[in-house]
Amino acid sequence: MSSVATAAPATTPSRTSVEGGTRLLTGWGRTSPSLARVAAPGDGAEVERALAAAGERGVLARGLGRSYGDAAQNAGGTVISTTGIGGLDLNLEAGLVTAGAGVSVAALTRVLIPRGWFLPVVPGTGEVTVGGAIASDIHGKGHHRGGGFAAHVVAFELVTPTGERLSVSREGAPAVFAATAGGMGLTGVVTKATLRLLRVETSSMVVDTERAADLDDAMARMEADDSRYRYSVAWLDSLARGARLGRSILIRGDHARLDQLEPPERDDPLAPPDGRALAAPRWTPAGLLRPSTVRLFNELWFRRAPREERGRLQDARRFFHPLDGVQGWNRLYGAAGLLQYQLAVPFGREGTVRAVLERLAASRWPAFLAVIKRLGPEAGPLSFAMPGWTLALDLPAASHELAALLDELDELVADAGGRLYLAKDSRLRPELLPRMYPRLDEWRAARERLDPGRRMRSDLARRLGLDR
Amino acid sequence: MRDALGSIQSALVLGGSSEIAAATVRALAERRALRVVLAAREPDRAAPLARAVEAAGGQAEAVRFDADDLESHEGFVDRVFDRHGDIDLVLVAFGVLGDPRRSAVDGAAAAAVVRTNFLAAASVLVGVARRLREQGHGSIVVLSSVAGERVRKSNFAYGASKAGLDGFAQGLGDWLLGTGVQVMVVRPGFVRTKMTAGLEPAPLATTPEAVAEAILAGLARGAHTVWVPSSLRFVMAVARHLPRAVFRRLEV
Repeated sequence: MSSVATAAPATTPSRTSVEGGTRLLTGWGRTSPSLARVAAPGDGAEVERALAAAGERGVLARGLGRSYGDAAQNAGGTVISTTGIGGLDLNLEAGLVTAGAGVSVAALTRVLIPRGWFLPVVPGTGEVTVGGAIASDIHGKGHHRGGGFAAHVVAFELVTPTGERLSVSREGAPAVFAATAGGMGLTGVVTKATLRLLRVETSSMVVDTERAADLDDAMARMEADDSRYRYSVAWLDSLARGARLGRSILIRGDHARLDQLEPPERDDPLAPPDGRALAAPRWTPAGLLRPSTVRLFNELWFRRAPREERGRLQDARRFFHPLDGVQGWNRLYGAAGLLQYQLAVPFGREGTVRAVLERLAASRWPAFLAVIKRLGPEAGPLSFAMPGWTLALDLPAASHELAALLDELDELVADAGGRLYLAKDSRLRPELLPRMYPRLDEWRAARERLDPGRRMRSDLARRLGLDR
Repeated sequence: MRDALGSIQSALVLGGSSEIAAATVRALAERRALRVVLAAREPDRAAPLARAVEAAGGQAEAVRFDADDLESHEGFVDRVFDRHGDIDLVLVAFGVLGDPRRSAVDGAAAAAVVRTNFLAAASVLVGVARRLREQGHGSIVVLSSVAGERVRKSNFAYGASKAGLDGFAQGLGDWLLGTGVQVMVVRPGFVRTKMTAGLEPAPLATTPEAVAEAILAGLARGAHTVWVPSSLRFVMAVARHLPRAVFRRLEV
């Protein structure tokens, strides 16, 4: 989230719904800023009041702003910052926790790990709120076996735009549950959720690392062995071309059992790691990340990785949230910002993943981060995951030439029966949405019942026509 | 909404029959299904462009806009925004070259150039900025000129009017910092259009298509000032600092 200290002094005619307390908001990619009035309620009652006071440009809840694009901003309207909606209620005998929507995954795991528990699904950064995790139905590294975040949500409380406070469970209100999980905040505001937990014996992971020579090799290894691991991800060298296209490092693991620790560590198996964090500099020159520097980084990164390593122990938080160690790494992309292109295609469409990587490698634009995972069952109508492969790429948002290339890649993905992840998207065009999300009408029907007045609005919804 | 790479979904073009505007609208319509309002003194002249937009899958409406009728601006802007919802981009592309031989000797002719290119643009820019601020987002692209960077005797009414417009647009853009609304000032050199037909093209002359391309690239980068061609930036940096005694004797 970026904010600007001085807004233009202006008279505010009655038409506007943007008053004092305004902030310029972006996503993690720091692109497409828009101005909104930000309210910061502390509980469900205050959320209800904020929703009721919504002007003609509507309302949207925003957590920690880690979606890459414009999903958590609402130009000219009101944004409800949920980070003040805390509260943690542990019911460890039942293996459950009830958390306020503003509680972060990092805060949850900090509380849970020392007690021998974990979340069954965590995203790539701990700086995501419970509400955001539901709105994006995050998938994590274990989707191939464990499904997404919402699959482990027992129930959540939803404040609706029509002023109701609903307790929503999958069995009790299946349509509302399915439309909200992955619904990008457009069905109302989640204020708290009850989550099923995973028992762990240690704060460590036991990790196997191996190198794959190319994309086919990586995919074959993942297909062959992923079922043996709870968590699996492949980090690709996105600049590798030709025979080395898709050369990657596979990192797969599970929570370490007590007997897998070295004897001295077994005395304090749930110990937290030391908490040093680096910070990216406040100002970075544009062009720091360019093909030459990215190529150099990739080369060092790949040489560093072992050709094969089994059973290494690693702290859980470092395994799941490697980039959280570098605060504000998105600033390394400079003023133009970045975007993330994340697609999913069904099994059998590996050729599409190959084609995307080939076209990207042939273009001038370096993808700094490229990751592949396998996904399991599909969930709600706007939820991203589908059984198949997902590829995620970070790209600098500096050139409109990239726009044409990505538009082409969208067509490849849609033709393959795949889709883009709305929590990462910042430039998809609306015509592709019904092709990528064939159950869109099902979602619209549920949303129509929850928000007939279209009070829930976001820049993403406007851009993609989800506000109709 | 404008996306992370500067692609536009809806636009208002003031000066909808200008060739630069047409090239820009065509380029935008090729990228995205564009909803555009083409505002021109004679809306019929914007009809071919409207048809081209629709052929590319967009929607276009040609409406009458009289830049010189300052009183009409506020109502005009409100009607457009009220009817069309969010406008991502406002392109200010109207202007007159005038006849430099007349505007040098006829006060009314000089005033007419300044009135259309500077006064009218200032008036409508403020109106447009107000509605974009209420929206919380938007881009304004102002067609200035290198002729405004340093006024030459060869057409000083035009040059001065662009100098005024340029300064106004920059100041407005600075004042809008933090509001979600950006202003991009575009300074083309000599552009081969019907407006300059018959004139001797200057060195580093360019085309409406090149200006359009520069606008799209600038929108993606979030640029605040764009020269077309880009090398003119350095040419003008030199020109701006030539001593007056030298500059006033140049036959340019």
